[in-house]
Amino acid sequence: MKLALAFLAALLLPLAAPAREAPPVASDVQVEQRLMRIAEELRCLVCQNESLAASRADLALDLKREVRELIKAGKTDDEIREFLVKRYGDFVLYRPPLKESTALLWAGPFALLVGGFAVAAIFVRRRRAVKATALSTEDERRADALLKGEQP
Amino acid sequence: MRIGLIIAFLALVGLLAVGLTLNPREVPSPLIGRPAPAFELPKLAREGRFSPAEMRGKVWLFNVWASWCVSCRDEHPVLVEYARTKRTPLIGLNYKDPSDDAIKWLARYGDPYDFSVVDANGRIGIDYGVYGVPETYVIDRAGVIRYKQIGPVTPQLIAQKILPLIEELEK
Repeated sequence: MKLALAFLAALLLPLAAPAREAPPVASDVQVEQRLMRIAEELRCLVCQNESLAASRADLALDLKREVRELIKAGKTDDEIREFLVKRYGDFVLYRPPLKESTALLWAGPFALLVGGFAVAAIFVRRRRAVKATALSTEDERRADALLKGEQP
Repeated sequence: MRIGLIIAFLALVGLLAVGLTLNPREVPSPLIGRPAPAFELPKLAREGRFSPAEMRGKVWLFNVWASWCVSCRDEHPVLVEYARTKRTPLIGLNYKDPSDDAIKWLARYGDPYDFSVVDANGRIGIDYGVYGVPETYVIDRAGVIRYKQIGPVTPQLIAQKILPLIEELEK
């Protein structure tokens, strides 16, 4: 019996092994998750259509290292964003704050939409106006005659 | 109506044309008008360390460069020429560059800098908002950044922007 137990216990040994091998890439998974969450909202300055999270550019890696350190230092997300904005400007934020210099950015699409509706409305009106100019009785009589196959 | 449409179309073309001529790489730096971030870094190829506070009372240029940076090579003769005039101190920030490579590079192409400081891991570069080497800062007597050039400095830029600015700052 003892032997059997020992044998079973021995079978379980390998299960413990992987836990010791291959330490996680980041020492702290939570830090890494927060880093990714923040970095997804930040623009990589070298490759401007990529987020910091997705980028493998050298500077992006440096900035991620920097953000990682700030997280470990106990900074809040806002403080970290502020850190980067102070150095690189609002441009690093994928959601820039609403202020004078970004007003056009925020309002522009809506202004275009409103403009589009206005143009559409004018078109529709005009078309209606064209319809509204009814035929004169004389024209109507001629049209009727034509339809019936008579000479007007 | 026709005319209205044509005007709208031309306005759109105009808008897009202007958009095409803008350079999306030119990100306005929030550092203009702010004090140059403090640091203390070892000097390249010589004894001692440097901190920007030592430059108080002087207008100076701070140029970020690296031996691996291709456009730094284009810029280099312009800086060498500028250094020859001895108009202001010119200090280099050797950015993420193995010092051996940097020293060799200067030996080969000439050293326009009063000296360079070594930012091995790019930490100070981040403080200065560096994202495309070369970059050049004009820093005033009070240690405030007055101008930042992203990308190579050209003779025109020196003549039309940097020299007039230095003159104004030295008044």
